[in-house]
Amino acid sequence: MVEKGTYRVKSGLAEMLKGGVIMDVTTADQAIIAERAGAVAVMSLERVPADIRAQGGVARMADPARVKEILAAVSIPVMAKARIGHFVEAQVLEALEVDYIDESEVLTPADPQYHIDKWAFTVPFVCGARNLGEACRRIAEGAAMIRTKGEPGTGNVVEAVRHMRLMNKQIRLVLSAPPGELMSIAKETGAPYQVLLAIREKGRLPVVNFAAGGIATPSDAAMMMQLGCDGIFVGSGVFKSGDPEKRAWAIVEATTHYKESEIVASVSEGLGEAMVGISIDEIPPHEMMQVR
Amino acid sequence: MRIGVLAVQGAVREHLSILSQLGIDGRRVKKAEQLSGLSGLILPGGESTAISLLSRGCLLTKVGELAKKGFPIFGTCAGMILLADEIEGQEDAYVRAIDIAVARNASGRQVDSFEVMLCIKGVADDFQGVFIRAPYITRIGNGVTVLARHEGAAVMARQGNVLVASFHPELTCDMRIHRYFVEMVREHEKEEAIL
Repeated sequence: MVEKGTYRVKSGLAEMLKGGVIMDVTTADQAIIAERAGAVAVMSLERVPADIRAQGGVARMADPARVKEILAAVSIPVMAKARIGHFVEAQVLEALEVDYIDESEVLTPADPQYHIDKWAFTVPFVCGARNLGEACRRIAEGAAMIRTKGEPGTGNVVEAVRHMRLMNKQIRLVLSAPPGELMSIAKETGAPYQVLLAIREKGRLPVVNFAAGGIATPSDAAMMMQLGCDGIFVGSGVFKSGDPEKRAWAIVEATTHYKESEIVASVSEGLGEAMVGISIDEIPPHEMMQVR
Repeated sequence: MRIGVLAVQGAVREHLSILSQLGIDGRRVKKAEQLSGLSGLILPGGESTAISLLSRGCLLTKVGELAKKGFPIFGTCAGMILLADEIEGQEDAYVRAIDIAVARNASGRQVDSFEVMLCIKGVADDFQGVFIRAPYITRIGNGVTVLARHEGAAVMARQGNVLVASFHPELTCDMRIHRYFVEMVREHEKEEAIL
């Protein structure tokens, strides 16, 4: 009997993307540039985070016509962003047959309280998280892949680092704690107890965890890999820079060879201007995307 | 016995974990020089376009040379695409180690990814096949044996020292296909010893 949409095929696709770079694209041309640079997948969205931040307004899922053009343009998997809690945007993206849905804080949330019930879908979901509690709640809701949130559209890696370090620290705690302390950790972190049991069984998060939000240079990508993430999401970092083709390739190379500083050094040469960065202190609290 | 896993990108740790459970010394291979001292090689699932672009220098060329000399190689999903002589809709192929043509994403997009019980010649009649945006084999050359089919399409094949599968045995706990490959590697070591 053929079974579609099992959790194993959902989380399995994310396993296949490990060690790779997923790039935000708004057009088919950008998707082709990403594929040629060695991206393992592309993320379709209406505007890149830096533009959403600059222009303001409500950020929604991309125009289905655009998504279709991107689906037709490349053979690598195509992901697309839906607003947090907007299960109909997710239904539309599933009908378009995108390969993964990112229920993303980069877009304006559609539900102030609830995330999408991701078990109700055949298409898999990736969700952002700042800490273990968020990651485990999203997994319990059916997410088959996690990415740390960072602070999108800033070109500033500091929040991505903060979230990855915190997550790793909390996972170490879960793995080293005596069994009797697990329920209390569940209470303190807000992580469902069953997911913590799964972490102890696997010795790590039960799904793949990529880094995202503020990665703009090859060194940023290599640092996140050395901190232990499974792969990289680059949002505005590529197509808001001076030479997207060259930078895309350089970030991919640095992600693959993250432990080899000679390679990271050589691909970092002469990349032209990086995207303009924003200091996190300059962002008004209500414009922080990570708290969504 | 030391078996390498091409570690550019993809499901590397899953293969390494199964090898270690079988008592085999598994090694990550990112560069051509890491191929020396190995008895066999696994090309894992991942994104074939990215893996081919990122295999620096002559890594894939070296894999091709080894394959011609009878070195045992096993490719799953993207690994199968990398090993095929021909890729539909594409002028160039990569390693060209097995006389088959493959079609990328033949099972459809992710919403059509599936699991199904497979009957695999010489391995098992109850193997859970995990197919993720899977390629299918669309042409079988002389000397290639089809080991498994799904709804008529060839999904696992062998030509001498080269074994390929459309699906992902590394995503299951079932180690029978890996055992089969380890046996291929043992046979090859014996032959080498006689020579």
